[in-house]
Amino acid sequence: MITASTIPLFVALPLAGAFLTVLLKRIKGIPDTFGVMVTIGTFVMSVFAVIQLEIGQRIICNIGNWGGFQEVLGKIVGIQLVVDGLTAFMLVVVNLIAFLVAVYSVNYMTRYTEKWQFYSLFLLMLAGMNGVLITGDMFNLFVFVEIASIASYALVAFGTGKRELEASFKYAVMGSIASLLILLGVILLYSNTGTLNMADMTRILAGRDHPALLYFVFALFLAGFGLKAALVPFHAWLPDAHPSAPAPISAMLSGVLIKALGVYVIARVFYNLFGFPHEVSLILMTLGAISMGVGALVALRQWDLKRLLAYSSISQVGFIMLGLGIGTPLAILGALFHLFNHSMFKSLLFLDSGAIEYAAHTRDLKEMGGLAKKMPITNGSTIIGAMSLAGIPPFAGFWSKLIIIVAAVQASHMKLAAWAVLMSIVTIAYVLKAVRFAFLGELKKQFANITEVPAFMRVSLIILALVCLFGGLLLIPDLRNGFLGQAVEVLTRVSGV
Amino acid sequence: MSKEHDRGMTIIVKTVTRLTVGLIFLYGIYIILHGHLTPGGGFAGGVIVALSFINVDLAFGGKVSDRIFSKGSTSVIEALGGVMFLALALLGLQWGGFFDNFLHPDGEPGMLISAGIIPLENIAISLKVGAGLFAIFLTLITLQKFESEKK
Repeated sequence: MITASTIPLFVALPLAGAFLTVLLKRIKGIPDTFGVMVTIGTFVMSVFAVIQLEIGQRIICNIGNWGGFQEVLGKIVGIQLVVDGLTAFMLVVVNLIAFLVAVYSVNYMTRYTEKWQFYSLFLLMLAGMNGVLITGDMFNLFVFVEIASIASYALVAFGTGKRELEASFKYAVMGSIASLLILLGVILLYSNTGTLNMADMTRILAGRDHPALLYFVFALFLAGFGLKAALVPFHAWLPDAHPSAPAPISAMLSGVLIKALGVYVIARVFYNLFGFPHEVSLILMTLGAISMGVGALVALRQWDLKRLLAYSSISQVGFIMLGLGIGTPLAILGALFHLFNHSMFKSLLFLDSGAIEYAAHTRDLKEMGGLAKKMPITNGSTIIGAMSLAGIPPFAGFWSKLIIIVAAVQASHMKLAAWAVLMSIVTIAYVLKAVRFAFLGELKKQFANITEVPAFMRVSLIILALVCLFGGLLLIPDLRNGFLGQAVEVLTRVSGV
Repeated sequence: MSKEHDRGMTIIVKTVTRLTVGLIFLYGIYIILHGHLTPGGGFAGGVIVALSFINVDLAFGGKVSDRIFSKGSTSVIEALGGVMFLALALLGLQWGGFFDNFLHPDGEPGMLISAGIIPLENIAISLKVGAGLFAIFLTLITLQKFESEKK
């Protein structure tokens, strides 16, 4: 069961796994074992958290046991870790993907040397992401954002080739600028409110009208976290960084990192901390619509499979931001559900691209062809993931896009709804292109001897494909109230939408 | 002359380093152990300790410093520091919560043995920071060697 004292384990377990992997790297099988065991542990804990939480309930952990001081001083001292509905929802998404990626990497990462470094960095990144989700303290949030980001810079460069290093350098420079902007925002907020605790900050900010300083903080956070979320115009690092990383890490970066560090924090900060001001709503809708268009149209022109998927991530984050920008309860539900679905199908597709690279040693769509006969499971899971991405009923992606579009119509944003429909059609186009060139057509001569990928990789692909296929069932009222409903309630309650 | 003079800088630098490096190292240890009493602590002390190793490396060349503190052992020490820090934090769960200072009532304020687990956390941080910084230095000079050989 999740109690106040077990919350820190979401961070402590991956951290311990990361350090112990380094210490015990000489023992064969240790990196794999730690990677899989730790991620399954955090995943099970996150499922418990979802089951246990009632709507509106929060579990709070006071780090360092400063309770006595708090009573004397009358304000919160020290860092608080908080698990509420939104956190629990995000924890499930992040840790499920992390677990499946860890399983997949057992086979996939045999292609690289120094597997222990990979698992160590991977677990550090997971610790950072989980930390971002559970923290209730602004500065602590910045620290965890940095832990996750720095681990991801190293992971992007893991192949140490020319392209990887260039992409990683670009990512590191832009990511550091984003972190600086975020830090400046946190400093200004602290100087204005005198506290770093988010709940305290909300209370203090609610009692004031918005001075110019706050608008400056909005801009800093939108640019900083927008860069982490790869919103257009802050997206330039993503199409280089995501394809350069090893496939499991591409799945983590596109699947959960941009959401935990970007989308989640934007939702948390602008809804819960600032009460969702109207200006931010307009900006999020605009940026979301632009991201949708730019990502989808550029993805159409790509021939590198992973690059195509990376541009598609920009476009899909645009959908999520559009939902968050509209800000009605239905739109938030759609945005969070699309966040869940995008995590699943984009991770699946990146893992599939890794499977193709593992078997056929190419990422270029022009060189592939006819792989369906040789790799039936990769083929099947890619088609399921692609259909979910394209929004074909009854796959999960259809329902979330439908909800976002219906919510846009209900909020009388007709043009945005039409734009979203149009971009969904473009999505179908680039998805069909990927499937057609990779799997259909004549089998090329050089691929006559390739075989399906090893067992652990297949397991991950199959599980993710099943989630993409049956994910729509999460909208059944009983399941919805327990999982998505809790998360939506957190965003709607405090912001009073 | 002993073999150690084949590599590294001039004999003047080496002699001065031999005289000062122990002091720098001890000063680092002092900063770490007094972290809960005076300004400084695990991070600052760890940096100073790492500087003493860097000093040896610069003056005497990589072979000598490798005998004292090799690149492989930096990652082990660094991970040990991390594990120690985390273990202390987790031990607190037994008493009152994550990072609970469970040794706190022992010791007199202002004395060396006081402040509970904070000095221990300082030692853990110093291991991590010191080994980490030295590892970064070693990585950078390896890169430089590689580039100068290419030229």
